[in-house]
Amino acid sequence: MAAKEKVIGGHPGIYATFPRKGGAAPTATHYCPGCGHGILHKLIGEAMAELEIQDRCVVISPVGCAVFAYYYLDCGHVQAAHGRAPAIATGISRAEDDAIVMAYQGDGDLASIGLNETIQAANRGEKLAVFFINNTVYGMTGGQMAPTTLIGEVTATTPAGRDPRDMGYPMHICEILDTLKAPVFIERVSLSDIEHIRKARRAVKKALQIQKDKLGYSFVEFLSPCPTILRMDAQGIAKFINEQMEKEFPLKKFRDRSAEVQPIIRAESDYSKESLDRVFGCTEMQCIEMEKDREFAPKGIKIAGFGGQGVLSMGLALAQAAFGCGRFVSWYPDYGPEQRGGTSNCSVIVSGEPIGSPVVDHPDVLVAFNRPSLEKFAPSVKKGGMIIYESLAGQFEAPEGVKVISVPATQIATDKGAHQAANTAMFGALMQAGNLGLPREAYGNAFRVTFAKKPKLIPKNLDILEAGAQAVKLLEMASKK
Amino acid sequence: MASQLVAGNSAVIVGAMYAGCDCFFGYPITPASEILHEASKFFPKVDRKFVQAESEEAAINMVYGAATAGHRVLAASSGPGMSLKQEGITYIAGAELPCVIVDICRAGPGLGNIGPEQSDYNQACKGGGHGCYNNIVLAPASVQEMCDFTMKAFELAFKYRNPAIVLADGVLGHMVEPLKFPETALEHKIDTTWAVAGKAETRGNLVTSIALNFDEMEQHNYKLQEKYRRIKENEAAWDGYKLDDAKVVLVSYGISSRIARSAVDAARKMGIKAGLFRPITLFPFPEKEIRRLADKGCKFISVEMSNGQMREDIRLYSGCQPVELVCRYGGNLIQLDDIVKKIKEVA
Ligand SMILES: Cc1ncc(C[n+]2csc(CCOP(=O)(O)OP(=O)(O)O)c2C)c(N)n1
Ligand code: SF4
Repeated sequence: MAAKEKVIGGHPGIYATFPRKGGAAPTATHYCPGCGHGILHKLIGEAMAELEIQDRCVVISPVGCAVFAYYYLDCGHVQAAHGRAPAIATGISRAEDDAIVMAYQGDGDLASIGLNETIQAANRGEKLAVFFINNTVYGMTGGQMAPTTLIGEVTATTPAGRDPRDMGYPMHICEILDTLKAPVFIERVSLSDIEHIRKARRAVKKALQIQKDKLGYSFVEFLSPCPTILRMDAQGIAKFINEQMEKEFPLKKFRDRSAEVQPIIRAESDYSKESLDRVFGCTEMQCIEMEKDREFAPKGIKIAGFGGQGVLSMGLALAQAAFGCGRFVSWYPDYGPEQRGGTSNCSVIVSGEPIGSPVVDHPDVLVAFNRPSLEKFAPSVKKGGMIIYESLAGQFEAPEGVKVISVPATQIATDKGAHQAANTAMFGALMQAGNLGLPREAYGNAFRVTFAKKPKLIPKNLDILEAGAQAVKLLEMASKK
Repeated sequence: MASQLVAGNSAVIVGAMYAGCDCFFGYPITPASEILHEASKFFPKVDRKFVQAESEEAAINMVYGAATAGHRVLAASSGPGMSLKQEGITYIAGAELPCVIVDICRAGPGLGNIGPEQSDYNQACKGGGHGCYNNIVLAPASVQEMCDFTMKAFELAFKYRNPAIVLADGVLGHMVEPLKFPETALEHKIDTTWAVAGKAETRGNLVTSIALNFDEMEQHNYKLQEKYRRIKENEAAWDGYKLDDAKVVLVSYGISSRIARSAVDAARKMGIKAGLFRPITLFPFPEKEIRRLADKGCKFISVEMSNGQMREDIRLYSGCQPVELVCRYGGNLIQLDDIVKKIKEVA
């Protein structure tokens, strides 16, 4: 075999010598004589040089015989985990819009372990040129079956030849990718002999031209000689590719949409503080400092009901009310298994000091929107605590030492023409009866924040808030009488 | 200073963006998904890059790619997703790339459930993938720290060119507390001495973790170990509560440390001299401080939502002192009463 084929040092786009490789032959590759990898390296080098894009190029070398592509190609390099090159390419390309990214992959790498990444990157239309070496075997690990192994082909793991009944059929990656909408360019070429290599050269250049023009995803499959594993001489392997591989994998330009598509241009990241403050709304935020206040008695509130009754948002409004007065506060939604049953609950803690666990096991106040919540949480309420519940839940016997208030919250809200705002009426009841140590105006102020995006709803909710409070006031007066 | 009520998972994105992170790659998983949602909402508003990946493996390899290009990049996941990311993380550690990964830990093993646990301690702090490497691990205990520690994680990741993990749990991810927004925003510039970014200045650079030559690979390992030594020397951080005269020391991080803090107060009311030692960095573990407390004769109780993964470290660094354990699994939080009971037993 022509040993001089291995010498590619100094070829256009290829380093003059290969110090990363080291060893005695500083201009020869580590590939076997007659290997397709060496040929393709030359083609890529040439195309990069002709297109004058070497500064912008990043080659991702795979796990496989081409793991050391970075010894040779004169451009930026990164080495990938097995099969992950298209994902890595996505990261580079998204981060650096001007980078020209190439994923160089074998058939085990691309079509087996990395098939998902392959298809998904193609489907996203990443700006990426994929160069796919199909040599029908796993070269580096000693010639095991690849997804592209031909039927009947003998490999290290198909000693009797690939039997499709056990091992399936050769996979046609170009054809699979051709079902997707996003790819711009898909072609299958061959590296078997000079004539084929000439065509392959054009395909490589086209794939990179598309990257230079930022048009999107290009994919070129190369039927490639691996004379070592297939134990053939130069003529034998060329014949194998031309006659057997081509029959299974016909050479074809599957698509070229480069004349139709628009370039994909992604803007530079905006790092300015002004922009961040704007998108997070910092300019409209309050400046609230929490102050320690040992005199302030900490309170744990549990709010529970069906999903959709506004349980969580009432909790958030309460948290906002407390936060607005500089109290320490936490809100925590219980997302345990009961969430699936349609009930939800949250814990709110209001304190004059930093808060420990945000979960309220023994509430000072329980707000219950339905019967199941009432029954579930009432026994956990602290002695001397309070339960405020929706009247629709029916009569309820107060646990010993616990005050119970029934509030017709849904009725109040419906009378005000907003039946879905029962939680606001409940919030009013809590304001009136809850004894949480927060000033009255804090509750209404909370709405100005929680409804900041729908300010039209604020007056209505303030009205219902007052009505909820009023209902409790009347109850209190009645009970005093 | 602008402040607002914010959920822990949202605070991560605030911290990341003010820390100059401009790439996010994620895959949905409860209880971490809100980080993904927030990134998808806020990143594009300032032309930063967001991709919903096809899997956690793809996501972490996108991280590898953007980190290769020298950018500040974030990923977030939970138990099952973290397991899948280990391949990528060992490559990132081996290639000495900086990145930040947030783990909102849930109950395991296997699919487990979406409740909180602290059972990813070993996976995060002891490497997690193949090879001899370490991640920098920070353990926030509040919404404010979810933001601040994410920022700190970026600083350390770039200082040492190493993956940094923010290890939290489902409670910290979902709870809402006041957040003071950062007062500065970092304008990130890539370091062209090592990044591979498709630029003339970076054309000669290479990012890789392979070295065929055994001696070369050994040298690379020495270099990594030396880096971890420096990290241990310089970056261990912790917080103490009523430690000065403490006889019984609770060691606890993250959400458990807040319950432990309440337990310290409860014990003090009963006249027991209890204190809390809260590691802020789990790698490096604040080992000198543990040793100092051990030398003073303190008795240790590890309070964690795992089978005692951190307890092993406390044992080790205290010079093999007995260390009691108060733990819950399966999504359950540790109960205050259980800690107090154990303090009384030990005191
Ligand atoms: C996760 C993982 N699994 C397995 C390997 C072992 N391995 C190294 S190269 C290789 C096969 C590569 O074959 P192919 O992609 O066809 O490339 P070729 O060597 O033929 O160029 C395998 C399985 C690895 N490095 N990583
Ligand atoms: S084993 Fe095959 S693919 Fe690998 S270098 Fe040799 S000829 Fe090329």
